[in-house]
Amino acid sequence: MADTINVDYSTKVPNNVDLANDRQVLRALESWQPNYVEWWKDMGPEGFQNALVYLRTAVSVDPQGWAKFDYVKMPDYRWGVLLAPKEEGRKVNFGKHLGEPAWQDVPGEYRAMLRRLIVIQGDTEPASVEQQRHLGATAPSLYDMRNLFQVNVEEGRHLWAMVYLLHKFFGRDGREEADELLRRRSGSKETPRMLGAFNEETPDWLSFFMFTFFTDRDGKMQLESLAQSGFDPLSRSCRFMLTEEAHHMFVGETGVGRTIERTCQAMKAAGITDPNDISKIRELGVIDLPLIQKKLHMHYPLTLDLFGAEISTNSANYYNAGLKGRFGETKIEDDHQLTDATYPVMKFIDGKIVEEHVPALTALNMRLRDDYSADCAKGVERWNKIIQKEGIDFRLELPHQAFNRQIGEFAPMQATPKGIILSDADWAAKKDDYLPSRDDLAFLNTLMKQELEPGRYAGWINPPKVGIDNKPGDFEYVKIAA
Amino acid sequence: MADEARKLANGATRIDFQTDPSRWKHWKLSFDGDVATLAMDVDENGGLFEGYQLKLNSYDLGVDIELADALQRLRFEHPEVKVVLMRSAKPRVFCAGANIRMLAGSEHAHKVNFCKFTNETRNGIEDSSEFSGIKTICVANGSTAGGGYELALAADHIMLVDDGSSSVSLPEVPLLAVLPGTGGLTRVVDKRKVRRDHADVFCTIEEGIKGKRAVDWRLVDEIVPMTRLEETVAARAAEFASRSTRGGATPGVTLKPLDRTFRVDGIDYSLVTVDIDGRVATITLEGPSEAPPVTVADLAAQSSDAWVLRIARELDDAILDLRNNAFEIGTFVFKSKGDGGRVAAWDDFLEANKGDWLVNEIRQYWKRVLKRVDVTSRTLVALVEPGSCFTGLLGELVLAADRSYMLIGSFEGDNRPAPAMALTAANFGPYPMSHGLTRLENRFLATPESVEALKGKIGAAIEAEEAEKLGLVTFALDDIDWADEVRVYLEERTSYSPDALTGLEANLRFAGPETMESKIFARLTAWQNWIFQRPNAVGEEGALRRYGTGLRPTYDMRRV
Repeated sequence: MADTINVDYSTKVPNNVDLANDRQVLRALESWQPNYVEWWKDMGPEGFQNALVYLRTAVSVDPQGWAKFDYVKMPDYRWGVLLAPKEEGRKVNFGKHLGEPAWQDVPGEYRAMLRRLIVIQGDTEPASVEQQRHLGATAPSLYDMRNLFQVNVEEGRHLWAMVYLLHKFFGRDGREEADELLRRRSGSKETPRMLGAFNEETPDWLSFFMFTFFTDRDGKMQLESLAQSGFDPLSRSCRFMLTEEAHHMFVGETGVGRTIERTCQAMKAAGITDPNDISKIRELGVIDLPLIQKKLHMHYPLTLDLFGAEISTNSANYYNAGLKGRFGETKIEDDHQLTDATYPVMKFIDGKIVEEHVPALTALNMRLRDDYSADCAKGVERWNKIIQKEGIDFRLELPHQAFNRQIGEFAPMQATPKGIILSDADWAAKKDDYLPSRDDLAFLNTLMKQELEPGRYAGWINPPKVGIDNKPGDFEYVKIAA
Repeated sequence: MADEARKLANGATRIDFQTDPSRWKHWKLSFDGDVATLAMDVDENGGLFEGYQLKLNSYDLGVDIELADALQRLRFEHPEVKVVLMRSAKPRVFCAGANIRMLAGSEHAHKVNFCKFTNETRNGIEDSSEFSGIKTICVANGSTAGGGYELALAADHIMLVDDGSSSVSLPEVPLLAVLPGTGGLTRVVDKRKVRRDHADVFCTIEEGIKGKRAVDWRLVDEIVPMTRLEETVAARAAEFASRSTRGGATPGVTLKPLDRTFRVDGIDYSLVTVDIDGRVATITLEGPSEAPPVTVADLAAQSSDAWVLRIARELDDAILDLRNNAFEIGTFVFKSKGDGGRVAAWDDFLEANKGDWLVNEIRQYWKRVLKRVDVTSRTLVALVEPGSCFTGLLGELVLAADRSYMLIGSFEGDNRPAPAMALTAANFGPYPMSHGLTRLENRFLATPESVEALKGKIGAAIEAEEAEKLGLVTFALDDIDWADEVRVYLEERTSYSPDALTGLEANLRFAGPETMESKIFARLTAWQNWIFQRPNAVGEEGALRRYGTGLRPTYDMRRV
């Protein structure tokens, strides 16, 4: 009897970890799966659980053909457990255990640390699905709606990836943590998600695009550094997750890009050259560039906060233990132990912003954040190219690291986006110049209207250059009536 | 580094145990009828010493001095309070425990005395629950780690927020290679009666235990969803208040600042004098200059000026000051002067009015002060000389001493009469030691009948030879031997290894049974102090020293 269940179940869960022969993990996943589906129905995309969505599903880890596209109802999505192929002879590439063979099992002394890392990463995955669950109702096109759902189901799969690790390697505690991942809810007063940014609402599509650009990029950085892990199953999980994460950032970057392009073109058509002529631009039913800058001001600092305190004992411990490396660790040329290295960190001391050199081992959050900021800056430049090409005189910019922070050195103070220190009174007076005001958000809400006609787009955003899976412009990415 | 004295913050030259609400940096006390809220809101930059920040409601001795002051004011200034809500004013963290960087950078003696004081304060919370009816409810609204959980353990009731991440933990062993040194281990198994194997698991899980399991394992009393927290806290406060024996409309007694002057060679209080000579501190207590009040209302009118309360506060402060600011002083010599008859009269007054809240608070306080003397790691000597008043309550100091000398007759050329001691009801119950025995019971463990027999001596003047015969003093000496014997004894004593003496005295002072309280000092503290000295904790590559660097400690793996 058990065999029938096994076979049935393992056909339901695509995997390359031989689940059929791993009875212990199979049993655990079996009892977790119905709770997961229940969570998805409760907290997943609202109102579209029965729609047929043209989604890609990961079916293999072969880089040539890892995904296939087809219509599927989201609750029936084949969430699988997929790890990147094993590299024979892989070593621990940094920290105290540098050069030792990578661990295939959890080293006892790092069990607590590893579990915490996996739980924190795992907690972010379902959080974004929860944050975005109302957005289907205001999707600017079926194409965008499909992208939203694709992002959502893949975040769901990333949760599966972390849950697999918890079930496989952490016994009863792992199973309990896996249950807790479904119990915590974004924005809940009772059981909030672990990290601040994942308890914020995603109220509109511009925020969704900003989130996928900025916050999913944090996800990428975290996954990149966990992909370096000396704990091989974690490394392999994260490497495969990165394949999917790339699409999420694509959704964000092109989403903002298409919005910018639409605004610039509408301005030109109406003969408006001043990007700050906000009321006239808003009359055109497009989002003015200063408002896009304000949204950027909101999302970027919130994401910087996700990297944690600039000086961090935990990240030093993770690195030294060989559990979480630096971005591109193996490509960096140094001792990979940071014995004597220092790293510059900006601090807020005696009312001034000053640079200090601190032991590099304790500044790993800062270093990863710097790598992140550089990555963000490239994307922002690509947006600026669009503005430039359309001939509008405006530049989008990342705010200074001291601007609007809740965590770390700059949490106790206020500064302008340029990094000029402000008194609390000045901040209160100028806040609405930097961040979306109530009026700004009210305006944005008037634009957020659902567009369900295949091939049609809301007036504030341009169609994409190319369809998903090379489908034509009028392809019906979501069949609502199904 | 680990064994050099740290520099006190803001140019301070000594650790001062006196404070008042206007000077608190770390706590906020508010009142709502018979419920007080004591909220921990540690000022990150308000550390007692330089060189660390008190993040996440972590604490150092300075934070605990304020806590002790707050508790003392609740006892004396707010007799209407039946329930104290111990809370955090910071979101998502109750208390992260003792500050690790402070510990890592402190000299050994400071660490030990810091732990001792925090233990005394937490024992005091429990003492006031049992004997004053002040019930404490801990509202753990977030991470409750290490010393934070130990503080919670001192409460009568622990509420933990059930938000999927708030947990209680004792991460000292896995994280720092030390013990939870403020009663944590003992209270987990003795007070909360957590099963020993569960306790083993709990004390080795860095991130602690949350939610239902925390209740199942008896680590907390209840878990509460965030959205129902305030109503549940209010309900629980009302419930505990209804069970409290305390309260009434009586106004409290304000604890005025002490009359205290520091000298190069001592401290002068109004009734207590400390004179330092070499490595010996002589602490002289002055008996009452007047008869005790007639009624409890008269006592309340005397407020904190009342002899019995004033001298307790001054002695308490003197002991704490010497303990924490003068490590090289290895011997305390207790002397007294005054009229023993008046001390006896005070004892009778207190005994006759023990049902009064203020009398009760004063007696409980004296009990704690005497316990503080008992656990002080200095040689305690009592010299009973002409003019002294070691009667009843003050006589407890003679019984507390490691050795006591009493003069037979008078000194040549001194026309004062021969010294006499006297017993009162105070020696037979109200001031037990931490292990539950009175100092007389502790003294006569082999002959409990001697204690009964001594009751027959209550009120009688007992001179030296009889005192020696009854076993109340170690030696009775006459004028000819006195000066030399005492001198030689003190010189000999101060020549021994201070460490060996600390161990010797701690072993001999507490004979017979143990209580949770005595175990905390005798067992937990002793082990902790050993671990605090070991390279695995404080060596260059030890866990305390490496904390925060990201480097793993290297341990000497041999078991001792």
